[in-house]
Amino acid sequence: MTPTEPAARPAAGPPAGPPMVEMRQVTKSFGAARALADGTIALSAGEAHALLGENGAGKSTLVKILAGVYQPDGGTVLIDGEPVVFAGPAASQAAGISIIYQEPTLFPDLTVAENIFLGRQPLASGRRIDHRRMYRDAAAVFARLGVTIDPRRPARGLSVADQQIVEIAKAISFNARLFVMDEPTAALTSVEVERLFEVVRTLRGQGAAVLFISHRLEEAFTICQRVTVMRDGRFVRTDPIEALTVDAIIRSMVGRDLSGLYPHTGSPVGEPVLQVDRIGRIGVFSDISFTVHAGEIVALAGLVGAGRSEVARAIFGIDKRDTGTVTVRGKRLPPGRPQVAMAAGIGFVPEDRRQQGLVMDLGVDHNVALASLHRLSRFGLIRRSSEGRLAADWGRRLQLKYDRLRNPVWTLSGGNQQKVVLGKWLSREPSLLIIDEPTRGIDVGTKAEVHRLLDELVQSGVAVLMISSELPEVLGMADRILVLHEGRLVRELSRAQADEGSVMRAATGQTEGAVA
Amino acid sequence: MTAVADAPPVPDRGRRMLESVGRARELGIVAAIVIVFVVTTVKNSAFAHGDSVQQLLAGASLIALLGAGEALVIISRNVDLSVGSVLGLSAYLVGTLFEHHHGVPIALAFVVGIGVGAACGLVNGILTAVLRVPSLVVTLAALYVIRGITALIVSGHQIDPGSIPGSFQNIGNAAVANVPWLAILVTVIVVGINYAMRTFRPARDLYAIGSNPEAAALAGVPTGRRICVAFMISGALAGLGGVLFISEFATVNSTAGSGYELLVVAAVVVGGVAIFGGSGTVLGAALGALLLNTISQALVAARISAFWNQAITGALLLAAIAFDRFVSLRVNRALRKQGGASHG
Repeated sequence: MTPTEPAARPAAGPPAGPPMVEMRQVTKSFGAARALADGTIALSAGEAHALLGENGAGKSTLVKILAGVYQPDGGTVLIDGEPVVFAGPAASQAAGISIIYQEPTLFPDLTVAENIFLGRQPLASGRRIDHRRMYRDAAAVFARLGVTIDPRRPARGLSVADQQIVEIAKAISFNARLFVMDEPTAALTSVEVERLFEVVRTLRGQGAAVLFISHRLEEAFTICQRVTVMRDGRFVRTDPIEALTVDAIIRSMVGRDLSGLYPHTGSPVGEPVLQVDRIGRIGVFSDISFTVHAGEIVALAGLVGAGRSEVARAIFGIDKRDTGTVTVRGKRLPPGRPQVAMAAGIGFVPEDRRQQGLVMDLGVDHNVALASLHRLSRFGLIRRSSEGRLAADWGRRLQLKYDRLRNPVWTLSGGNQQKVVLGKWLSREPSLLIIDEPTRGIDVGTKAEVHRLLDELVQSGVAVLMISSELPEVLGMADRILVLHEGRLVRELSRAQADEGSVMRAATGQTEGAVA
Repeated sequence: MTAVADAPPVPDRGRRMLESVGRARELGIVAAIVIVFVVTTVKNSAFAHGDSVQQLLAGASLIALLGAGEALVIISRNVDLSVGSVLGLSAYLVGTLFEHHHGVPIALAFVVGIGVGAACGLVNGILTAVLRVPSLVVTLAALYVIRGITALIVSGHQIDPGSIPGSFQNIGNAAVANVPWLAILVTVIVVGINYAMRTFRPARDLYAIGSNPEAAALAGVPTGRRICVAFMISGALAGLGGVLFISEFATVNSTAGSGYELLVVAAVVVGGVAIFGGSGTVLGAALGALLLNTISQALVAARISAFWNQAITGALLLAAIAFDRFVSLRVNRALRKQGGASHG
């Protein structure tokens, strides 16, 4: 995605007085593991500041210290030039710091309005909650965001994108001075991202500071004035954005040059592996037909809610389909039977790896072996040694970074967790790999590894059906792009035909073209 | 920026569905009570007589009272299995108080009973919230320990009904127009707590803790304090139950209240409180108690063997949970289809 032209940027001159929030040489260790060796950052009122670094660079530890969740072992945290100590999250919030986490943490049973105002519900006489005012206030916050979510509805059932919006509304309702946004755009479409950027500009105009943590470097260029790079728990550099290029940032982040972010440029195309014929699911999508051949990457593109993940889940059989047929290498698959799909050679890497792709409390070995237990058992008993060998083997091939194979996967970084999910499916040697958001929430270095892996896969004859909301990823990796809009397949683009404009036009329903 | 009043109405089928489901749950229990009542009266007209109805209301009162406290604990994703034992300890201590100090003011009896219960609840709360021992284990242990302590102090004795002042006994036995004072008192308490659960911030915190404990901690909710208070209220109400128990029966041995806890939990779940917390009302819990007691008495009136009572309670519990799952699946689907954000 090329950085959009910013509307009139407010002057980004150095503000007077001490920085609003500052951290100097903050350190934090967990037992023997040094998570933060030199946490240094200075945030000024009215600026959007990007914090960049690979996974494991220490960004989330730094954020958790700002949030008052962790207490630093050394160094100083300063607000308006005064050293502070946050006894807990409440103290940090009271100081005007608001954190929007990557994984939204809402209360499913409470209403949206109550999610926003929990603990601060507006009161009438006698300290009784004024429900009507609460709903009005929530609606007002959403109006500021330019989005409408019914404040009276329970949070249960909201999509990831909508949950993020509620989280942002909550932060805005705090009138916080510093907004820390941890990968806020990971689940947002470009339309929603643009809206978010508008809000960031509004907040900046009101004197707030925004700390933006994102793996999408282009977003840093679009919205931020300054960049701080961290590596291996240490501060590396901080510069105004004008002084930097993407390459320079990447080099600071990984300490080496990373060319070839999207290594896939084409591969020999073979037989059709997946044939989808007029499949539909009432209320979700209809009349979807396409083919994926061996050796090609087909991407499903579209806005959030267009039905891409739903189509993939229906093909794999997690959700039932109401019409149409799915054929894998000539064999027709019955609807709603994922085990038949697996036996036919389909692998499925889901969108939400923590909830759907991994068993977080189980070890790396168990997770990698989870889809291959039948193969690894003898007389119905799983052979632990085979599990371990499989996991170690794939850990090597995928360059998985882990401490011990039996450590639970929640201890791994996002990128390594994704590798575990990939290992689980690739160890079955699928002929078709369906992968939903392959690099969401993953650092630049691991992203490139995953892309290289996908390229190797198709070179070896596997068919890949990829869903991605990151346009550069779609444009860079796919041989063919199928664009969905509100449950219908509206456009098919070849690699040569596709560019940002054509994909986005189709995704927003502006195309007159028929499916190729 | 359009004024909020001009904002287009948001499709809210899912939300309305959920609201109506919540209300329907309580109405459904009332309907079930009415149906059981009518059907039994057809079989045995004496069921509808004044003293029978009085028995119905009185019998449900203690369980409903304990249910109110239990609901708070379960809503916060915990459970209190010690309520029966606390009731027994409180009842015996109050009885002993009257036995040894004849002129004791009744108010003091209430203070002692409620105080003992609250103290037990505080211990439960500290072990659960601060030491992070699962509440199932904590309160199960408390069930045995408190029962054991009670048995020790009782050591075979039984409170002499003569030592309980008549005015005190009236509370548990007198009625006005066939409505027992006991039921009136419990209804007032239940309605009051139900209102409080909707209207005060700390109560909403309990729902938050039950709905997503990690998010609650991150949001700065003082989870430890809230859970301790929930257990204290549950204990206090159980203690109050003990006071009312001895007021009603005027005699206590070491087994008073035994087995109440399971009936209380069953009533709370049948009343619509999710077993994993986050949703449900105190009113629903009390109605659940009334339903279970009505069925229990109905079996006697219809001359069905009382042994069926437990089987039916269990079946009802299963039915309630299955129904809740079915309904919530439907509602979730509606909520998902409704979507959330419409893009302005």
